[in-house]
Amino acid sequence: MAELSIIIWAPLIGAVLVLLTRSRSSATAVAMVASLVTLAATVAVIAGFDRDAFGYQLVEAHDWLPAIGVQYKVGIDGISVLMVLLTALLTPIVIATSWLTINKRVKEYMAAMLVLETGMLGVFLALDLVLFYVFWELVLIPMYLIIGVWGGPNRVYSTVKFFLFTFIGSVLMLVAILAIYFNTQTFDVQVLPDRALAESLQGWVFVAFFLAFAIKVPMFPFHTWLPDAHVEAPTGGSVILAGVLLKMGGYGFIRYVLPLTPNAVDDARIWMMALSVIAIIYGALVAMMQRDLKKLIAYSSVSHMGFVTLGIFSQEQVGVDGAIIQMFSHGLVTGALFLCVGIIYERTHTRMFSDLGGMARTMPVYAVVLAFFSLASLGLPMLSGFAGEFMVLVAAFGWQYWSGVLALTGVVLAAAYMLWMYQRVMLGQVKNVAFLRLPDMNRIEVMALAPVAALVVFVGVSPGTFVDFITKSTARIPFIY
Amino acid sequence: MTDFPWLIPLFPLVAFAINGAFGPRYLKKATGVIGSAGILGAFAATVALWIGGVHSDTPDFTLYRWVSSGSFSIDIGFVLDPLTVVMLLVVTGVSFLVHVYSIGYMAHDESFARFFTWLPLFVFAMIMLVLSNNFLSLYVFWELVGVCSYLLIGFWHQRKSAADAAVKAFLVNRIGDFGFAIGIILIFWNFGSLNYGDVFASVSDKSPDLMLLIALLLFIGAVGKSAQFPLHIWLPDAMEGPTPVSALIHAATMVTAGVYMVARMRPIFEVSNEALLVVGGIGAFTALFAASIGLAQTDIKRVLAYSTVSQLGLMFLALGAGAYTVAIFHLATHAFFKALLFLGSGSVIHAMQNQQEMSEYGGLWRRMKWTYFTFLLGGLALSGVFPLAGFWSKDELLASAFFKGVASDGSWAFTVFWIMGLLASLLTAVYTFRMIILTFHGKPRNAELHSHSHESPISMVAPLVVLAAGAVALGGAVGFPPEHGFIHDYLYKVPGVFHFAGAGEITAVISLAIISTAVAAFGIVAAYAVYSRRQPSPEAVAALSPRVYGLLYRKYYVDEIVNYGIVGVTKGIGLILWAIDAKIVDGIVNLIGWTVRATSSLTRRVQTGQVQNYLFLIAAGAVVSVGAFVIFR
Repeated sequence: MAELSIIIWAPLIGAVLVLLTRSRSSATAVAMVASLVTLAATVAVIAGFDRDAFGYQLVEAHDWLPAIGVQYKVGIDGISVLMVLLTALLTPIVIATSWLTINKRVKEYMAAMLVLETGMLGVFLALDLVLFYVFWELVLIPMYLIIGVWGGPNRVYSTVKFFLFTFIGSVLMLVAILAIYFNTQTFDVQVLPDRALAESLQGWVFVAFFLAFAIKVPMFPFHTWLPDAHVEAPTGGSVILAGVLLKMGGYGFIRYVLPLTPNAVDDARIWMMALSVIAIIYGALVAMMQRDLKKLIAYSSVSHMGFVTLGIFSQEQVGVDGAIIQMFSHGLVTGALFLCVGIIYERTHTRMFSDLGGMARTMPVYAVVLAFFSLASLGLPMLSGFAGEFMVLVAAFGWQYWSGVLALTGVVLAAAYMLWMYQRVMLGQVKNVAFLRLPDMNRIEVMALAPVAALVVFVGVSPGTFVDFITKSTARIPFIY
Repeated sequence: MTDFPWLIPLFPLVAFAINGAFGPRYLKKATGVIGSAGILGAFAATVALWIGGVHSDTPDFTLYRWVSSGSFSIDIGFVLDPLTVVMLLVVTGVSFLVHVYSIGYMAHDESFARFFTWLPLFVFAMIMLVLSNNFLSLYVFWELVGVCSYLLIGFWHQRKSAADAAVKAFLVNRIGDFGFAIGIILIFWNFGSLNYGDVFASVSDKSPDLMLLIALLLFIGAVGKSAQFPLHIWLPDAMEGPTPVSALIHAATMVTAGVYMVARMRPIFEVSNEALLVVGGIGAFTALFAASIGLAQTDIKRVLAYSTVSQLGLMFLALGAGAYTVAIFHLATHAFFKALLFLGSGSVIHAMQNQQEMSEYGGLWRRMKWTYFTFLLGGLALSGVFPLAGFWSKDELLASAFFKGVASDGSWAFTVFWIMGLLASLLTAVYTFRMIILTFHGKPRNAELHSHSHESPISMVAPLVVLAAGAVALGGAVGFPPEHGFIHDYLYKVPGVFHFAGAGEITAVISLAIISTAVAAFGIVAAYAVYSRRQPSPEAVAALSPRVYGLLYRKYYVDEIVNYGIVGVTKGIGLILWAIDAKIVDGIVNLIGWTVRATSSLTRRVQTGQVQNYLFLIAAGAVVSVGAFVIFR
């Protein structure tokens, strides 16, 4: 069977078909069907996923460039399965809500979104370094277009910045991939961990991969492209950017950096942990002082993704498992928060706190929804944010106490910036009388967010169900003790 | 019932789900009945658990595996022992009465259904907190009751003061939880488990320093949740919430979670005399400190709020003295008489069209006799007058501190704490009767409001009567004879209970009882002299030292210190970092970008489009690096 290929390529086929459509609604419908095919196939794969298996499942391999051993090889395991689900779930949600908000070049927008989905799924499912690199670069182009064409007033600066940052990172990664090939004679991700990389080479490979992934995550101090990109991106772009794209960095660290360069990771650990802690506190403090709702969420992502890298480099399995749960949760919650920002922006045409306030009275349903995702974001137990963060904190303490204590201040600050944000947007008196007549969330918006909310509760109440998917695969990562 | 303990939290959870899903649109007023029924179900199930028999060796009930990752494996489960049962009886019993009361109190509120969504959710979380058999789920529900508190303090969210108070409550609690979480994680790494039973069993193997550290970290959590100095600042502001919320969450149940937690963690606190000293010291200080502030407050709910802070302090004093049953005993009696006082104040506020300033009250007793008499009984119980509920528990509580002070293994510090506790009791009697006199006696000070005042409806009065019965009789019923009442015997079944020294000396016990009764009587007389006879008048008393009065009225300026000190400084750092982010971190990026653009203007003439440029760079980069690799390897 070729389930994984269906998952990867259905959106791309959909993108071609979308370009053949003639109207806005038929473009959306075709895009929706294509993304739903991927979602259905993903659900089927998860239903058949063997949680007790250690290796890759549903592996599919064909020769591509046999001369240098490049294959089309895909497979899924616990490290990728939640990322695939995240991508497959968020894309149709973005397509549905974009139908309400995108007015120009709808056809091209939908096509770009579907190409983007293929790229992201390929990144998570590829088991060949060259294939991985192709998908990694493929993601860049549609995202560049989505911000550059459908973005806000300062979109050109932001999109060039986004492009250059991530491009610089990936060029070095290509060098590293070639170096790995010359050292091990293979691009095959499945066999690579068994062919130890020469220790002298590990440091260089680590630096190259680190730059590519750290920019994507983004880790401090490589994060400044993110707030700019978010502020200018259309809502759908922001959702995918925060929801999935950032996870490609965390995924890369777990899939490639930890197993391929274990000695280099060990040497760099203290720096990685320090950068993660800085990102957590720094991102939170800067988020606290933002005056623009979207920028606040963007900086909160820097803080929350700091937990991801903190867990990854903590040397503990509970930390890596926690990092994956945190990525999944952050994708759901921050994706939803960006949709929420879009909902209020569409109605008020402002994202500044100085203009907002008292919206809970006008939009009671929205008030509950935003409160729910805000609380999930600040790590309220029984919602998804808590589980991953707590596991990461446990792991950080297991490494060295100071990293855990400092990271925990980020949890306190998260409550401060999220609750102040909520208060300034939703509570108190309405500042602009025109806002009193604004409509509450419509049915499409509610239906788009409902499955996300359900998953957020599911992960929060029973994170073990999700960790069970992950933990056999992360157990294979060689941790150096 | 030990096979179905999950029924207890299930009832309120279902009520929450029904009211949340269908309340605003379909059920409307019916949500009040559904919510109350859910809580009544939980109460009935608790009674069944109690009657069915729970012993110290009743095994834990495992609900499900929360997570299992590497060595980190946590099950969500219930601990079924007498302490749980006592807490559950108090929580579900008082909750039910408050729910019934709220049907009347909130009847005219447009968000009635929303109220009856969050209130059952709170009860669910509180029940789960009490039932939890491990530190992780304790923390989970500890935060969940906190968020319910946030939602209900900010219930009237259009009022800025309510929204501010809600955020403040959550943030101050998060600071407490910061210590709590560190303590929990340290427990995991040192014990390899977060299950109470596993941890308590191996406490004696660990170093005393470690146990002191863990105990103090856990206690920081209790200080936040139970509003002890210096994290007490959120509770008085929390009075912005509807009065039934103040009665249930901010007097009877949630704020006592810290007391419950320390009582539950006794095996951890017990191994460290220093930890117990800190617990007792913070408790005694807070008791006196908050009672003194209560003297000068003019808002009836704020007086009660500071009273609650003070009474919680007394409970911690008892915990510090090792008298764990006494702390729980006082927790139970306090839940009744303080919920009664809050609901009584709610009845007054209801009658006075939401006016909370006592300067607008006066002479109300003729207009609302039921409220008055039940309130008076609550006030007498709070003051510790024989033979009401508060007398028994408070008397034992002070005695436990006294005996700890003179015991051979005790500390002289507890003698100081005992005196502080006595002074706090004196001030308690004064502010309580000041409040009663200013509210119900004398001449009406606002004729307009007074003329419209009326007794509250039956659904509000009936819970007052039931609570008053508890405030009168509960102490004697479960706590007599001292040290050997029902509650003592029942709680002694919990392993590791400390029986305080000297309890058998009957003359000492009686003398202490006489001392504390005399103190309470003196306080009541003083309040009568000043506020009723006006000899000397309150103004004259305040004029004795305007500086002291100002200090009390402004609550020792703790709020100002926190606002300008902690919040201001944190925001300042945030602003500085933001500037650094824009000017330096991003500045370097822009500088690089500018340099690249300047130098690449040459190549741009060769390459016309972005995509080609891009491909060219890939190819060039790859060729150069492969070449480099081949050459240098």
